[in-house]
Amino acid sequence: MADSFYGEVLADHNLHPLHRERIDAANFVCKGLNPTCGDDIELQLKIDDGVITDGSFTGIGCAISQASADIMLELIIGKSVDEARRLKELFMKMIAGEIADDELDELEEAGALQSISKMPARVKCATLSWKTMEKLLDDALQ
Amino acid sequence: MMNKELLKKENFPVFAKYKGLCYLDSAATTQKPARVLDAVRRYYEEENANPLRGLYELSVKATEAYENAREAVRGFINAKSVKEIIFTRNATESLNLAAYSFGRLIVNEGDEILVCVSEHHSDLLPWQMLAKEKGAALKYLEPTDEGEYTADMLKAALTDKTKIFAIAQVSNVFGRVNPIKEFADICHKNGTYIVCDGAQSVPHMAVDVSDLGVDFLAFSGHKMCAPMGIGVLYGKVKLLEKMPPFLSGGEMIEYVTREGATYAELPHKFEAGTVNVGGAVGLKAAIDYYNELGIELIEKRERELTRYAFEKMREIPFVNIIGSKRADEHGGIISFTIEGVHPHDIAAIFDADGVAIRAGHHCAQPLHQYLGVPSSARMSLAFYNDERDIDRFIDTLKTIRGRMGYGG
Repeated sequence: MADSFYGEVLADHNLHPLHRERIDAANFVCKGLNPTCGDDIELQLKIDDGVITDGSFTGIGCAISQASADIMLELIIGKSVDEARRLKELFMKMIAGEIADDELDELEEAGALQSISKMPARVKCATLSWKTMEKLLDDALQ
Repeated sequence: MMNKELLKKENFPVFAKYKGLCYLDSAATTQKPARVLDAVRRYYEEENANPLRGLYELSVKATEAYENAREAVRGFINAKSVKEIIFTRNATESLNLAAYSFGRLIVNEGDEILVCVSEHHSDLLPWQMLAKEKGAALKYLEPTDEGEYTADMLKAALTDKTKIFAIAQVSNVFGRVNPIKEFADICHKNGTYIVCDGAQSVPHMAVDVSDLGVDFLAFSGHKMCAPMGIGVLYGKVKLLEKMPPFLSGGEMIEYVTREGATYAELPHKFEAGTVNVGGAVGLKAAIDYYNELGIELIEKRERELTRYAFEKMREIPFVNIIGSKRADEHGGIISFTIEGVHPHDIAAIFDADGVAIRAGHHCAQPLHQYLGVPSSARMSLAFYNDERDIDRFIDTLKTIRGRMGYGG
């Protein structure tokens, strides 16, 4: 096997996702779309008393969009809605190339997407699931 | 007249700047030869003024440069008169002009517009909008699995209400040549007008509008070695004469009062505002380049390269080629998918290896929906490519599944 193009973490989450399914228990769903790429995902979350207790995603997209969604779910499940929003801000800072080292640690495996800050063509792919989560949380509040 | 020297990359400055560039996205836009760039520069240095109105020598030169370009286009596609050659920004604007001006004139409520499902959005959305505006029905012609449209399919789809049939001479996804002359005959016998998108055909094969018999043909300069921002709409004189102006303003009038205006003669009626003389001069230089090369040589060279790429791609088991199973039915365009790998990842890996290809829906979403794939990757070539480009493309292609983490 040749060297993995995006690194082992992303390759693994793309080929063997942990949350690429549809959980029946979800009480909130939201669609995310990158019209030019054709990335098209649906995020499903179960939120109880302000805590994300479970989650999953379905849809199609490139390896970066798929791995990013899987890693995000791994990170936010078990966290409060406010913590999830804070992690989203950190993720966006990382993609903008403005993140501090201690902040990067908080993103755990999502830090594997740091190189996207140098790949402007792929920013939309990496941020799709995070933006979709924010939209879902905004809608959930209403 | 054929000049093989003009096939070479040395004529294109971009390849001197980027020595390792393997450019396989010519269906999106071609690179530009030094001759074209020099001609544009020379125009701005020696002949630039606002054409068609200035009463001084430099303006006369600019007007001559512009009208010489129109004559070059006329000759290149064998139109009967320069009145039939309208300069636009690109094929998209040309097709919009046809839909807005001609379409609005002849399509009424209850009529039908027929388009191929493989049309580029630029030959689909103007018709979709027109159909909605007029309360007409938009119908789709669907190809075989190999991207073929046949006379029988067309005959079965036409009705006595079909006013317009819109079809690309070569699809930007399949790369297959459609039998436009035969289709034009069928349409005209049915009282249907045929609008042809020539964006992918005019740069790669001999196109003779008088022989084809199409009512309109659109193409872009930038896909045939000319600068961006200059395109052409060919239309039959008797139709163009009936059509109202598309855009209004300067240059396109004969006489204006507070209440009304009479419009300029063809082709100026459709060229409102200061025109793109620099672009037209560049297009003429590109046509001169094509003529010196000879369109037969261009076709032959691109066919050789297409065959070479196609046969090697077919040997790779995980590569699925979209469209015909015969190399000769892919005019320089080979779209494909790879099992388990999204086209964006395919393009990213090619990019890392210095190979430029396209990935996405290629502005043909209804076609991808019809084919049941969300998007695809596309390699497309031009006469300036060579076997080494294809070898590099194939070398990377073979590694893609492995680099995405698939074993074996």
